[in-house]
This record gives sequence, structure tokens and C-alpha cells, in this order.
Amino acid sequence: MFEIDKWQEIYSTVRKNKLRTFLTGFSVAWGIFMLILLLGSGAGLENGVKEQFKGGATNGVWISSGTTSIQYKGLKIGRQIKFTNEDYKSIKSTVSGPDHISARLFLGNNLISYKNEYGSFFLSPCHPDYGIIKEVDIIQGRFLNNIDINEFRKVAVIGEKVKSSLFKGVDSVAMGKYIKINGVLFKVVGVFRDYSRNDDEQKRVYIPISTAQRVFQGKNEINQISFTTGDASAAEADLMIKKSKAVLSKMHTFDIEDNRAINVWNKNEEVRKFKALFAGIRLFIWIIGIGTIIAGIVGVSNIMMIVVKERTKEIGIRKSLGATPWSIVALIMQEAIVITSFAGYIGLVLGVGLLELIATKMPPSDFFRNPEADFSVAVMATFLLIIAGAIAGFFPAMKAARVNPVEALRDE
Amino acid sequence: MIQIKQIHKSYITGQNSLHVLKGIDLEIKAGEMISIMGASGSGKSTLLNILGILDNYDSGEYFLDGVKINRLSERKAAQLRNKMLGFVFQSFNLVSFKNAMENVALPLYYQDVPRKKRNLIAMEYLERMGLKEWAHHLPNELSGGQKQRVAIARALIGKPKVILADEPTGALDSTTSLEVMDILQEVNATGITVIIVTHEHDIAMRTRKTIRITDGNITEVIVN
Ligand SMILES: Nc1ncnc2c1ncn2[C@@H]1O[C@H](COP(=O)(O)OP(=O)(O)O)[C@@H](O)[C@H]1O
Ligand SMILES: [Mg+2]
Repeated sequence: MFEIDKWQEIYSTVRKNKLRTFLTGFSVAWGIFMLILLLGSGAGLENGVKEQFKGGATNGVWISSGTTSIQYKGLKIGRQIKFTNEDYKSIKSTVSGPDHISARLFLGNNLISYKNEYGSFFLSPCHPDYGIIKEVDIIQGRFLNNIDINEFRKVAVIGEKVKSSLFKGVDSVAMGKYIKINGVLFKVVGVFRDYSRNDDEQKRVYIPISTAQRVFQGKNEINQISFTTGDASAAEADLMIKKSKAVLSKMHTFDIEDNRAINVWNKNEEVRKFKALFAGIRLFIWIIGIGTIIAGIVGVSNIMMIVVKERTKEIGIRKSLGATPWSIVALIMQEAIVITSFAGYIGLVLGVGLLELIATKMPPSDFFRNPEADFSVAVMATFLLIIAGAIAGFFPAMKAARVNPVEALRDE
Repeated sequence: MIQIKQIHKSYITGQNSLHVLKGIDLEIKAGEMISIMGASGSGKSTLLNILGILDNYDSGEYFLDGVKINRLSERKAAQLRNKMLGFVFQSFNLVSFKNAMENVALPLYYQDVPRKKRNLIAMEYLERMGLKEWAHHLPNELSGGQKQRVAIARALIGKPKVILADEPTGALDSTTSLEVMDILQEVNATGITVIIVTHEHDIAMRTRKTIRITDGNITEVIVN
């Protein structure tokens, strides 16, 4: 069916009927173009949101303290809950499941200097496990360890941006140097890179929480407890959260149903929600895209029908010269397939090209970045095109094969 | 070459049935050149289409070169047409978007002759028709006589045993008609059986035998 001669035969008919071929191809090219654009935009949306989730283990749970909003045991609304080291210890010892756990203190931006260079950076006192919970990527030295905590060491792990603004020129080595945080000297033991686009997260300095409490606070308060749930299922993770809530509600006497007394952020749940959302969006896009392509197929099929009608005489001539019905079917089908594949390919290239252009020219925003159509989509679209061409050609080809040569050739 | 016995053919349109051929008997020997005459609507084209296996008949018998032709599959009919028969029509029936050479070569396409080779053979046939210079012209750039010569070249390229011509000179002026008849006589001289439908007397006179059809029956056989 696919020897060179047949292709030449198709090529010569296509070449000699340019307008017809163009009209036939256009609807398919448009359909594929739209599908690629839609899929690419969907991917852009998904990439944008994924970016929002960067920095932090996907199985992380963050519990922050808040103010009560439900009356409980005679205590009034609006009471501020303050976590302490005791909360951290009792969750760590009584709630089973979390594989890493850390407390955090929120000290906000602080003046940090090295020799004559200084800047305002976000100070984040925490436990060593926070390096894992936050997925801190150490590029020099190390993260905090238990000895730092136990011995109240004055050590700091600084962000790459902190390093570059404090350590310049001949003084570009940060490791082992002492930086001044609110007038207190801390030794730099590690440098990390943060992939999130949030400036605050890149300009961060981690110090041991025990040191911070002793040096800057003089109390045992903490602001946040976070942990990772290991490879627990969603239900098991929920149980860990529930148990933690119970511990905290008992220690601080608030209603366990009070969602404002403490604030729980379960990243895994958010990720799952977004995954479901994007699966939905993708499905929606395919439905629309395939709908557009079906419209294209119907268009091609219609035009091919007219083409067959127009070519009735030619088909009659071919039959009188010895064309078998099958050869006529092949002629029309192949023409339809060639036109749809070729036109679709043009649509594919234009669609991918436009996506590339958008990706390079448009700055990534919070919810849209790197629109892309990956290779598997292109392969899928190609198969879709060939099948589409075959479907589009089928009915016209059958009609062509049934042409009665006597009637086609009758002189009027 | 051709034997038909008691061929009947009716056209059914809606409720009406039109009995066009009412028992035709005819024997045409290999190498003969005959003409079929008759009034318009007398069934000449219907008979020629049956002989050309383009149409079926209702009853009777038809043998083409010893092969019984009766309700063949389309595929088989196509193969027989391709190998045995060549058609020439009043309105030429050239494929409008193919040039003279491609038109002539078309029957060889259905014999799976490679493109280069069939174009070469087509050029030979066009040369025989004196149309070598016109090989790359489209049909609408040719005169009626030239078109008919292209059509004859196309009918001949498959080396058929029978040429079926339905009013081949019907659309041509008298000088050109004579030229076309010269060519058909030359074709016949090579041993190919030629059957010409016509309603012009001087055309019929140039064949060896004329068969007259009146109202679906053969009413007269004249040896010229
Ligand atoms: N497909 C058809 N359906 C119905 N009637 C037809 C058909 N083809 C031919 N006829 C009729 O059959 C008769 C014979 O037609 P035809 O063989 O073409 O005559 P001729 O070629 O002798 O002029 C005419 O009356 C014509 O109208
Ligand atoms: Mg007629």
C-alpha cells in the first residue's frame, strides 16, 4: 500500500489542487495547534504551582500557634497560645510516626554583619531535623547538629545570598568566619542553597534554637513545631496530626476543634489537592483538544466527500482503465492521511514554537512558568493525527470505491 | 473474440422499468473492425458498457476471449478491463490535472509498471500519435483532435485485445474525425479488434461491418 509510486501519485494530485489541500489541512492544523497550546499552558500552570511547593518535604507538617476562637473550659476567646520547649518534647515523645521533628522560633529580620559588610537577614532558629523537613541543600560545610543544640554553640548556617552579600572580594571565604548577629558573634559552619524564589527564604540564617533562646530571648518559647511523616499514608499522617493536636490542646487548654488556636499546614494534603486539580485540568484539556480535532476530522471528511464528488469522473476514468476498488480506497485514504498528518504536523510545530516563544519571552509568574509540550505528547498527537486522517478518509474513500463508472463517464 | 447470446438489460428507475436491450446476439472475431449504429437512446452505449464490463446484464451470455463474463467481482472486472480492453469516449475523459504523458501512462500504473518506465512507454505512444511535443501539456491546452489522440494512446498502452469507442468522433469536426478514423484503422491493422459506436454514416462506412440497433434489437448487419 505504501510504495513510492503511490506517494508520487498523491503528491501530484495534492500539488495540483493546492487550495483544496490547504482548506482541508487548515482545520486539522488548527486543532492540533490548539491542543498543543492548551496542553502547554496546562503544563505551565502546573509548573508554576509546583514551584510554589518547592523547598520543604512533601510529607511535611507545620504546626504554628495562634489565638483561640472557641470558648473552652471557661476560658475566653482570643487567648494567645504560646508553645514552649515542653510542647516540642511531649509531641516528640508521645506521638509516634514522625521521623523528623523540629521546633522553630520566629525572630524575624536581624542586622547581621561581617567586618564592614552588613545586611538585614531572616533569622531562623531551629533543631537539626529542620534541615531535612525544609530540604535545606547544603553546598558547603554542614547543617546544625545535636551537639550545637546541647552545648548552646554559637554557630550559623547561612544562605548563599547572605554569603554573597557579606563575603566579598578577597574575603569571599565564609566557612569558619565569625559573623555578628545583633552584636553576638556566630561561627559560620555551613552554606546552603534555596531553590524557592522567595527572597526571604534565600536570605535566611539558621542557628541552634537552644542558643537563640538563651542569647536573644531568655525564655523557652517556640513558635512552630514541624515534622515529616515518613512514608505514612494520608490517614496515618492525619492521625499523627490529630494526636499532636490532642497533646497541645491538653497542655494549653483549648478546644481540639479550634482551628485558630493552632494552625496546621499539611503539605502532603495540599500537594494531593493540587495533583487532583491538575489531573482534572489535564483531562479537561484533552477533552477540549480532542473535540477540536474531531471537528477537524469532520471538516476533512466533509471536504474529502466533496473532493470525491468532484473527482467522480476521474474515479470513473481510473476504474475504466483498470483501477480496483481497493486501489481507489487507498488513493483517497492515503490522501486524507497525508494531508491530515502533514497539516497536523505544521500545527504541532507552530504550537510548540509558540510555547517556546512564550517560555522564553514571558517572565515566569507565581502561577505560570515554563509552558511545555513534552515528547510523549508530540508522539501521542502524531498517532492521533494518523488515526484522524484514516477516520477522515474512510467514508469518502468508501463512497469513492462505490462510484459507478458507467454513470461517472456518461456524456451529458 | 466476443460472443454474446440473448443479452437482456433493463434500467429500473423507481417504479418504472426500461427494457433497453431485448435479446442481442452478436459474434465479433479477433481483428475485426465493426461499427454499431442506431438512433439516440436505442441502447448503443448500454451494449458497449456491457461489452466493456463496466455494467452488468440481466440475462443471456457473454464470453470475452473465451472467458465467461457474468457478475464478476469489481476487482476481477478491473483486471480484465486493464489487460483486455481499451476505451475511447466522445468526451475524451482525460484526467484534467494530469498532462498528456501522465494520462497515457495511467493504465500502466494499475499494472504496477514503475513510473519512469511507464512515462517512457507513454512517450513512445504519444510519438506514434504525433504528439511528442505536447506530452507535458494539460488536456485543456490541447485541441479536440489532440485530446482524442491522447485518449487513443492511453487506450492502447495496456496492449488491449479490444478497443471500445463510444462516438469517438462525436465532438470533432469532419477533418479531425477522418484523422481519428485513420488512426483507429491503423490500430485495427495491428490486429486489435475495434468496435465503434457512431451515428455518422461515413464513419460507419470505414468499418468492415455495421450493426444497426433499433429499439433494443439488432435489425440489420451490413458488410461494408
Ligand atoms: N443508468 C440509467 N438509468 C436509467 N435509464 C438509463 C440509464 N442509462 C441509460 N438509460 C436509458 O436507456 C436508454 C438507452 O440509453 P443508451 O444506451 O445510452 O442509448 P444510446 O447510447 O444508444 O443513445 C435511453 O433511453 C436512456 O435514457
Ligand atoms: Mg450513447
